[in-house]
Amino acid sequence: MLRYYVKLGALSIRRNSILSALMVAAIATGIGACMTIVNINYVMGGDPIPHKSKVLYHVQLDSWDPLEAAREPDFPPSQVTYRDGTALLAAAEARRQVLSYRSSRVVEPAERDQLPFMVNGRSTSADFFTMFDTPFLYGAGWGASADEGQEHVAVITKEINERLFGGRNSVGRFIVMNGDSYRISGVMNSWAPTPKFYDVNNQSFGDAEEVYFPLSVSIAKEISSDGNTNCWKPVGENSYQAFLNSECVWLQFWVELHSVEEKEAYMLFLDAYAETQKALGRFARPINNRLSNVMQWMAVEEVVDDDIQVLLGLAVLFLIVCLLNTIGLLLAKIMRRCGDISLRRALGASRSAIFSQYIVEAGLIGLTGGLFGVALTWAGLQGIRGLYGNSGFLERLVSMDWVMVLAAVGLAVVAALGAALYPTWRACKIQPASQLNSL
Amino acid sequence: MLSMQNISMVYRTETVETHALRDFSLDVEEGEFVSVTGPSGSGKTTFLNIAGLLEGFTSGRYSLDGKDTTQLDDASRSRLRNEKIGFIFQSFNLIPELDIFDNVDVPLRYRGFDSAERRRRIDSVLDMVGLASRKKHLPSQLSGGQQQRVAIARALAGEPRFLLADEPTGNLDSAMADSVMELLEDINSKGTTIIMVTHEPSLAARARRNIFVRDGQLSVEDAGLKVAIGS
Repeated sequence: MLRYYVKLGALSIRRNSILSALMVAAIATGIGACMTIVNINYVMGGDPIPHKSKVLYHVQLDSWDPLEAAREPDFPPSQVTYRDGTALLAAAEARRQVLSYRSSRVVEPAERDQLPFMVNGRSTSADFFTMFDTPFLYGAGWGASADEGQEHVAVITKEINERLFGGRNSVGRFIVMNGDSYRISGVMNSWAPTPKFYDVNNQSFGDAEEVYFPLSVSIAKEISSDGNTNCWKPVGENSYQAFLNSECVWLQFWVELHSVEEKEAYMLFLDAYAETQKALGRFARPINNRLSNVMQWMAVEEVVDDDIQVLLGLAVLFLIVCLLNTIGLLLAKIMRRCGDISLRRALGASRSAIFSQYIVEAGLIGLTGGLFGVALTWAGLQGIRGLYGNSGFLERLVSMDWVMVLAAVGLAVVAALGAALYPTWRACKIQPASQLNSL
Repeated sequence: MLSMQNISMVYRTETVETHALRDFSLDVEEGEFVSVTGPSGSGKTTFLNIAGLLEGFTSGRYSLDGKDTTQLDDASRSRLRNEKIGFIFQSFNLIPELDIFDNVDVPLRYRGFDSAERRRRIDSVLDMVGLASRKKHLPSQLSGGQQQRVAIARALAGEPRFLLADEPTGNLDSAMADSVMELLEDINSKGTTIIMVTHEPSLAARARRNIFVRDGQLSVEDAGLKVAIGS
């Protein structure tokens, strides 16, 4: 009977084309507005590394001012000092650990006709690539020995490889940055974790860096951070070494821990480390070390702005208003079909058959509204792009994946079915004999 | 076959109580052709609605084909209506957006026949009413007489034991009315029981048995009908 009901639904939609179009428009508008915001929320609040987000932990040590928390009420600083970061890295108590900071470079192309250009770079320890499962087009990251030996190696992105080497395999070739030559160990394929979870202090929705090189090399070259740096007391002497020894936080430290036991053991290690620092006169605040997995860290850092949540609430309210309109329109439509319902009842349709017929019709309207809603969502997202310009993040933000397309259509159908319940119930209550002359 | 015993039907509003039928009793045997006449508001249509299980009644007992209908739930009443009864209405009551084939198909869909069986029955009844070549036409493309023939085909497609006809020729000119009556007589001659409500004495006279309803009660039968109509 489903095919029969679909056929009747399609006929009914054609017969009452204006009412049907109004219902489709109401659902499509509600879905379009709602899904535009839901899509933004989905992209911004999504899990950037779903297969590992539960085993990657961001480390916080409370090395901050004894008189004031880094962030009220009692949050430790979001980043670590160089002293602490390198100590934790050297301890290697986790399966993997990575210490990194953002630092840009000037690339000097070998080709004479190409001008030097700036790239966003990241100084990092070796585990970055294996911990974060970065995809490689050619080669791989570097090993721990390269960190220790301060080897001039680098990983570049596909785009930089295209620009410098025409897209050919450049592993083993050299890239010159800030006057130093780096051997390319790997070419990274497209990688755009959203949010950029490993460093939300510096443009949490920005693009991943274009070039990666060993932290040890950057430190030896006294290359400072381009990212967020916070200090709770003066550095003192104006030198790079003094900055490294200061209480300024500017590096991100992540560890990979695969079980509760590993996490507990690492926590004990952090607390023990804090005790040793207390003994040295640092860490004046109560011990307050924290490990947050990826999604916990996104929540702590409030990566998705509260404004987006408010907008989401408003969009849902708007959808509800659209659905209330749809209920009214459906009711009007069904009341116009009383004669048809009476006749079908007289010819043997039970109440459940009438219910099925009209609920299928509502589903069809919902489906059509959902498809138009997807188009409106797309238009809404393009509108956002038009307002805010182009960037890698915006490209990701305004792109709808198949999950969102299906969600939009599914929500429209469910919403239409929900809106149809009362009108359809009214249709079922029509007596067979009551409207036979009104057909 | 159809047995009504002391059926009463009272419509109540906050201020008014209307007795549409009072202690109405009637037995119709298989194969009969019964005409029902009476003045407007006498209860003819209420009788037909109750006989066709289109509405319930306030008191009494009604058996259809040996089945007591008093306690049936909606699904059972719908099934019984679909299987046993065919309806013919004064205003044809065809669904305007469905073609002739699909209009006749409506009761068969609710019976649950497969597609081949439905097609066989539809072709057969449309052939019988002389409209086999018009099955892709919409009702609006047919004359009134042809539309009523489609309605008769729809009523017959499920091979019901009863045909209930409410003023089947009321919207037709005399030639078309005569043609429809001939068709009903032909159907009755093949064994289908017909109960027909009509205002037309000449049409009522063509039925094998006549009943006259007044003030919700069975007033006169047969010879008395002619007296009543003639008076």
